[in-house]
Parts: sequence; C-alpha cells; structure tokens
Amino acid sequence: MTDSTALYDIPGPQARRRHLLYGVASTVVILALVGWILYLLFDNDQFTSTKWSPFLYKGIQELLLEGLGNTLKAFAYASVLSLALGAVLATGRLSDHRALRWISTLLVEFFRAMPVLVMIFFIFVALKVQALPALVAGLTLYNGSVLAEVFRTGIHAVARGQGEAAYALGMRKTQVMTYVLVPQAVRAMLPAIISQLVVALKDTSLGFLITYEEFLQAGKLIASNLDYDLPFIPVVLVISPIYIGMCMLLSWFATWVARRERRSPKTKAVDVAPAEPQTLLPGPQ
Amino acid sequence: MDVLTDNFSLYAEGFLGTVELTVYASALALVLGFLMASFRVAPVGSLRVFGTVWVTVLRNTPLTLLFFAVMLGLPRFGLVLPFELFAVLALGCYTSAFICEVLRSGINTVPRGQGEAARSLGMSFTQSLGTVVLPQAFRTVIPPIGSTLIALAKNSAIAGAFSVTELLGTYKTLSELGYNIVWTFVWIAVGYLIITLTISVLFNVLEKRWGVAR
Repeated sequence: MTDSTALYDIPGPQARRRHLLYGVASTVVILALVGWILYLLFDNDQFTSTKWSPFLYKGIQELLLEGLGNTLKAFAYASVLSLALGAVLATGRLSDHRALRWISTLLVEFFRAMPVLVMIFFIFVALKVQALPALVAGLTLYNGSVLAEVFRTGIHAVARGQGEAAYALGMRKTQVMTYVLVPQAVRAMLPAIISQLVVALKDTSLGFLITYEEFLQAGKLIASNLDYDLPFIPVVLVISPIYIGMCMLLSWFATWVARRERRSPKTKAVDVAPAEPQTLLPGPQ
Repeated sequence: MDVLTDNFSLYAEGFLGTVELTVYASALALVLGFLMASFRVAPVGSLRVFGTVWVTVLRNTPLTLLFFAVMLGLPRFGLVLPFELFAVLALGCYTSAFICEVLRSGINTVPRGQGEAARSLGMSFTQSLGTVVLPQAFRTVIPPIGSTLIALAKNSAIAGAFSVTELLGTYKTLSELGYNIVWTFVWIAVGYLIITLTISVLFNVLEKRWGVAR
C-alpha cells in the first residue's frame, strides 16, 4: 500500500515510530467513540430484554423473512428486466438508423437524469399501479438506461481492430456484434454490470416509501409495536447488517469477477472496467 | 400548464428546498469525503481501517435505510434537530463514501514518479502535496465528482418522503388540491432536469477549464 503512492516515501525508522504513535492515539480516539455510542445505547435502555424479545417469536421472524423475500423478489424482477431493457436500449443507441438512435438516446438520457423515486411515485400515484410492479418498473427504467450506457461503453472499449477485422472477413453488422464485439464487451463490463445490480438491490428499499411490504417495511411494523416498548434501535441493529451484508457480498463478487476477468486471456483486446457503478455525466459526452 | 402557474410558489418552495439540500449535503460530502480519503491513504494503520470501514459500510447501505435510521433513530437519543438537518446529515455521509473513493482513485492516478521528483527537488510533504500531487489529482476527479453530486441531487428526492420540504414532496399537496396528477409530475420532472443539467453543465465547464487529458 505505502509503496504504491506518490504521496510520501517509504518511511524510515523515525517516521515509523511516529506513525505508530499516531496509530495508537487514533485507535484510542476511535475506540472511545465506539464506546461512547455503546454507552449511549445502554444508557438509553436499548438493550433491555423487552426490546429484544420480539425477535424470539416465530410470527415476527416469519414477518421479517417474508419482507426479505419480497425485497429479493423485487430485486430479481428488476435486475432481469433492466438487463433486458439495457440490451434493447444499447442496441438502439448503436443502431445505424438515425431515428432509432435518437429515440433511444433521448430515453436513456431522460431516465438517467430523473430520480428513481420520481419515476416510482409517478407510476404508483399517477398510473395507479400496485406497489411491486411500480417499484420494479421504476428500477427497471433507471437501471436499464444506465446499463445501456454500460453496454455501449463496453462495445466502444473493444479494440477497433477487432471490429474492422471482422468486417474485413465479410461479416455483417449483426455477426460482428454477436460473434466479436458483444462477447468481449460483456466480459469487460461484467464487474460494472454487477455493481449496477448492487445499486438496484439497494434501491429496492425505496419500496418502503410506497408501502411495498419489503424488508424495511417489516422492520417498521415491528418497531412501532408498543408491546415491546417500541424496539426501533434493535430493529435497525438487526436489519442493517442483513441489508448491508447482502449488498457487500454482491460488491465483493463484482470485485472478484473484475480480478478474474483481468487475468483472463479473453479480455486481451479490451480494458476490464473497475468494479464500481459507471459514473458518466448525463448530457452530451 | 395551469398546475405550474397556479402553484408557482409551492413549486418554487420545493425547488429551493431541493437546491438547498443539494448544496449543503454536497458541502458536507466533499469535506467528509476529503477527510476519509486522506484517512484511507494515510500511513497510519488504524486511520486506514476506519476510512475503509466507513466507505465499505456506507457504500453498501441503502439510502432509505440510512434515512430511516437517522430520521427516526437519532431523536430517540434526545437529539432533536429539524428534519432538514437530519436529511443533510444522511445525504452528506452517504455521498461522502463515494466522494472518498473518487478522490482516492484520483490520487492513485498520479504517477509515483511525480511525488518522487518533487521530493528529490527538496520539497516538503506539504509542498509536494499542495503543488504537485493534488493539482494533478484534482484535474482527473472533476467528471466523477460531478456525476456523484448529480446522484446526490437525485437522491435528495428520498428526503421528501420523510417530510422534508423538497420538490417531489409537492405532489402530495397538489394531488390533494385536485390538480391533474400527470402534469404535476411533469413539472416536478422538469425541476429535477433543471437541477441535474445545471450541475452537469457546471462540471463540463470546469472540465473544459481545468481538465487535462493525460
């Protein structure tokens, strides 16, 4: 780590001693901070048995599991549909027909510039759709447009000679795409695609705001229960590790894929994208 | 069209609310992100761990969950602040993790030789950082910072659902007043487009002015 930065030299013995001192001091500060938070939690009676007892009941466990299932269901629908929409929009943007290209560019730019929540609320409130389809549709429109850009960047990232060679062999555009460009582009963009799915997974929690019975909603139901002395903090302490853990697993998977693809001989002609959501400024590039 | 002209003050209030949220949260995110990025590249182990945990956890937290925890959780510790402040806190902390990563990868794009050359000229740590490394890093991070801040502006819509005055929240009042819901949303969408495109244009100008292809 230290030898891969332009910031400072490899520290000598004196600097190392000083860094150790800083390290000890900052560890103490951080531990004090953690201790203070724990003290606040205890002081606030957040660890009383009444507040934690609801998690012992089967009904409540089932409620939480059902919420988790609904979250995963929305995620599954949204990811499959947005991959499909992304493929369609990317095909449109790479089309030879100007009208198709314009329409898909317009759609992609519009849906990328709009907050997901506005789309979800519009579909839910104005079009009076059920909560799950509204959530899935909103997520699909947004993530599909972003994925379209990811696919397009991937196609453009493949070395130009690859496409030219394929055309020179007499392949048609469809053949060049399906046999030469797309397989390499997908390999290169796989980490970015998975990272975009992490965004979709995180955004399923927006379903909470349109009263879709997902994980957070289940948590809120338990948290507002007077019988258990409003166990809000315990609920947060149970729900967030599960949510964050799921997203983290998927993020790590993306990083793992990125490392694997970078080693693969099949990505010689293309740069593998880093394992993070693509951040392109909207508007003309 | 009536929806906008009849309720211009309501829309303007919501629009300004969103702008305010975006500006304050961006400032917080930039400051915190810079702090966390300097933690993550520090030669001190515990600070590095702290920065890494901060970034990993916040990047993988759904923003709704963070809002839920901050807006409804902190008041239980006797910390009663206006909702706007809670929203700025949640948005700012969430975005700071992304800003931190952008800044860190910006620093990593500066070739090692630059820092080595600066030091071999006898520059101190502050000098080499301030006049050699950071200016070069700054040029490469302009576009990704821009798109992170655009994401922040869009995410501020979530605050509206937690009873903070902002643009998306105006739809509730308007639909209660019986206005055409589709047109209500059209004008909300226009409002968001104005904000995101303004940030986009701003950063494109910055990029033209300072960005250097390397």
